[in-house]
Amino acid sequence: MTDQQSGKSFSVALLGTGGTGVITAGEILLAAAARCGFYGLMIRAAGPQIRGGESAALLRLSPAPVGCLDDRFDVLLGVDWKHAERLLADIAIDADSIVITDPAEEGVPQSITATGATLQQLEMKELAESVSGGRVNMVALGYVAGLVGIPEDAIRHAIDKELHGKGQQAVNASIAAAILGFSRTQGLAAPQAGDGESSDRWMISGNHATGLGALRGGIRFAAAYPITPATEILEWLAPQLKDAGGTLTQAEDELASINMAIGASYGGVPSLTATSGPGLSLMIEGLGLAVCAEIPVVVVNVMRAGPSTGIPTKPEQSDFNAAVYGLHGDAPHIVVAPNSVTDCVYTTQWAVHIAEATQAPVIVLSDQFIGQSIVVADPVPAISFFAKRKLAENIPEVFERYAVTADGISPMPLPGTPGGQYTADGLVHTAGAIPSGRADDHGAQLDKRARKIADFDYGQHWADIDGEGEFAILTWGSTTSVVREAMQRLPDKVASKLKLIALRLLLPVRQEDMAAALDGVNHLMVIEQNHTGQLYRFLRAWYDLPADVDTVHRPGPGVFRPGEIVTRINDWCGE
Amino acid sequence: MSAAAPCKLKASDYKSGTKPVWCPGCGDFHVMASLIKAIAALALAPENIAVVSGIGCSSRIPAYLNCYGFHGVHGRALPVATGLKVARPDLTVICAGGDGDGFSIGGNHFLHACRRNVDISYVVMDNEIYGMTKGQPSPTTAPDWDTELAPGGTGISPFHPLVIALASGANFVARAFSGDVKGTTKILAEAITHPGFSFVQILSPCVTFRPDQREWKKKVHPPPVSFTTDAAQAARRVMTDDGFNIGVLYKGSRDKYAQAVELNRECEHDFHREFLV
Repeated sequence: MTDQQSGKSFSVALLGTGGTGVITAGEILLAAAARCGFYGLMIRAAGPQIRGGESAALLRLSPAPVGCLDDRFDVLLGVDWKHAERLLADIAIDADSIVITDPAEEGVPQSITATGATLQQLEMKELAESVSGGRVNMVALGYVAGLVGIPEDAIRHAIDKELHGKGQQAVNASIAAAILGFSRTQGLAAPQAGDGESSDRWMISGNHATGLGALRGGIRFAAAYPITPATEILEWLAPQLKDAGGTLTQAEDELASINMAIGASYGGVPSLTATSGPGLSLMIEGLGLAVCAEIPVVVVNVMRAGPSTGIPTKPEQSDFNAAVYGLHGDAPHIVVAPNSVTDCVYTTQWAVHIAEATQAPVIVLSDQFIGQSIVVADPVPAISFFAKRKLAENIPEVFERYAVTADGISPMPLPGTPGGQYTADGLVHTAGAIPSGRADDHGAQLDKRARKIADFDYGQHWADIDGEGEFAILTWGSTTSVVREAMQRLPDKVASKLKLIALRLLLPVRQEDMAAALDGVNHLMVIEQNHTGQLYRFLRAWYDLPADVDTVHRPGPGVFRPGEIVTRINDWCGE
Repeated sequence: MSAAAPCKLKASDYKSGTKPVWCPGCGDFHVMASLIKAIAALALAPENIAVVSGIGCSSRIPAYLNCYGFHGVHGRALPVATGLKVARPDLTVICAGGDGDGFSIGGNHFLHACRRNVDISYVVMDNEIYGMTKGQPSPTTAPDWDTELAPGGTGISPFHPLVIALASGANFVARAFSGDVKGTTKILAEAITHPGFSFVQILSPCVTFRPDQREWKKKVHPPPVSFTTDAAQAARRVMTDDGFNIGVLYKGSRDKYAQAVELNRECEHDFHREFLV
C-alpha cells in the first residue's frame, strides 16, 4: 500500500485486555492529534465483557478528513496479547507495520510475527510502575504519540482535558507515565499534520452527534432504556436536555420507553428514544400506535449484528427490513439513515423535523460503527430545520382531529386547548376520532396517512449524490464513507465513470427522484452490510433499476474497507 | 399551557356523547359516573384533564368523556400517562383500565409506575376476567374458576394488586366498589388530589361473564379502621382481610417524581461547545 493509496493517513491499533485502558488511551491520542492539526477517526473494537475481554482502540490520523478505517495498520501496540487472536481479523498488519510489545508480557502471536512486521520492545509495565499511580496505557499513549510526531505539549493538554474529572493527582501521574513513554520514541516517518488551524474543529462520536441533532431539532423529552451500542445517545442527552429545558426519563423496558415518548409527544413536546435491534423489535408495537394515532416520535436504532441478541458490540446493516417492514397493518412511516459520523447531526435533526411536520414516527437507522466512532472533523453548521407541528389552536364549532386534508396532515390540538378534546386512538377511527369498523372510514384514514408521508417535501435530502458516470454505486449508512474513499483512490479515468447515490431517506420510496438520479446510469452496484441484501431486494421491489445490477452484501461484524471496494470497482468497470 | 382557573360544570358536560360498548349492567358505567362526579367536584376543566388507557372493555372510557383522551395499545397505558405527565405537569392525568391490561400484559409497567411515583392516578376496574375476548382468566381470577381456556381453573394464585402497589411504592392505595358511587367518587377525588402515584382498585362486576359478581354488592363493607400511613401495616391488613373492605387503605408522603419540563425550544444553547477541539 503506497502513501497515495492510503491517503497519507496513519493507522494505529492499541490492543489489550478489557480494563487496561486502551480505549481511554486511544481517545486521548485522538484528542492530542486533533490539537496539532490532524483530522482522525477512532472506533473501539471490543468483546462483550466489561473487564477481562478483548479490547482495542483503532485509530486513523490524517491531514484530511477521514470517514472509515484504512485497509491496514502502520502501528499495532499490544499492552498484552492475552485475547489478541479474537481481534486480529480487524487489524491487518504487514511487513511495513511496526508492532510494539512489552518484554514482560507473553510473546507476540505467531500470526503477527509471520507478517514480517518490525518488532519494537517497550517496557510498559516497568515504566508505569516507576511512577506512583502510573498506568501502562499512558506509557503506551506517550510512546505512540511520539511515533506519530505529536508534541509533548499536546499530550499534556489532552490528558488534562480527558482525565480532569479524576483529580489532579491522577492527571499528574498519567502525564508523567505518558512522558516516560514519549521519551522512548525513536521517531518515525510519520505524516505531517494538516495546516494546524484546528481550533474550530470538533471531536465527536456519532452517538453524541445524534444527540446534538435531536436537541437542535427541538427534542425536549427522551425516554431511555440502556442498550449497547445506543446508550451514549441517552447518557449524553440526560444532562443536556435538563440544560435545554427538557427532561429524560429512564423507562423499565423498551415497551415503556416508546410509549412514554408517545405520551410526551401527545402532550406537545417533541420526543425521542434510542435503542438497538432487540429494543426496536419491542418498540414496533408502539410505532404502529404512533402511525395510527398520528403522534410524532423519533426512534434512533443504532444497529448491531443480529438476529436476537446478536453481537451487541459490532456493526451490521441488517435491521433495514425490520425498520421498513416490521409494523403490522398498512403503516406508512419514515426511515432515514445518516451516512457518516457527522451526518448524524444533520439526519437526526431532519428526522425530528419530518416527524413533527407529518405527525408520524421516524426511525433513524444508525449503526455501531457510525455511533461509536469518534471523529475529528470540521464543525457541522446549524441548519434551519426545526420541529414545527401543525397545531389546532382556535378550535372551530365543528372540529375533527383526523380531518381529511389536502396534504393529509390534520391540525392537532394539544391537551389544554379548550374545545379541542379528542381521544387519540390505535383503533381505526373516523375523521372525528370515534372508533369505527367501517370500510369507508378505514379507507379514508389509510389514504390520508399514506398521502401525508408520500407528498411531504423531502427536497434534495433524500440522497447524497456525487459524480456523473454511467456506473452507479448505491449504498447507505456507514458503508458510504468506505465507498467515498474507494472512489477517491481510483485514478480519474475510472472515477469519472462513477456515480455515488447514498440514500438518506429509505422510506418512503422516491421513485421520481431515483429515476432522475439513475438517468444515464447503465450499471448499478448496491453495497450493504447484511447477509441477504435487504436494501437490494427492496430496491428491486420498488424502483425501476437498470438491467445490469450487481449486489454486494455480506454480514458484519467486519466492516468494509476501501481497498476491497477499489478492487471490486476495478473488476466491474476498470480497464 | 398554564392551568386554567377552577370551573363549575355539570356532570353531563364531561360526557362526550359517544355511546359506550359496555353490556347493560356493567360496573364500568358506575365507575364512569363516579369519575365524572369526582372531577366535577374538583372543578377541573375538561380540557386540562387527560384520560389515558390501554385495551379492554374498561379501557374504552376515554372516548366517553369530554376530556383529552388517549386509547393506546394493550398494557401500555401507564407509560403513555407517565410520558404525558412528565412532559406536561400542568395537566391532570388519569390512567384507567382493567385487570388484564394492568396486571398481566402491563404488569411490569404497574410495578415501575408505583416506584416512579409520577403524579398520576391509576384506576383499575377489576372484574377478574378478560371480558372483551369473552371470558378468559385474568391475573385476579380465582384459581378454581372454570373457563374454556383453563378448564377446571388455572390452579394458580391470584395477583394481589393492592399488596404489590404498596410493596412497589405507590403513594396512595384504595379499594372501591363500582356500585357504591358516592364512596367511589370520594375515593377518586382524593386519589386525584393526593400527590404522587395513586392506585385505586375498583371492584367492577362483569355481569356477562361473571354473573356471580352480582353478589359483590352484598359482600362489600367499609374497613373496620381508617387509612394508615404505614405501608407495612396496610399490606398486612389487606393480605388478611376478606377482599371486600372498601375505602382508602394507605396514604404516603413520599416525594413525587419531579422532572418538570419547562419547554424552551427556542433557547440559544451552545449544545456543541463541548465538542470543540
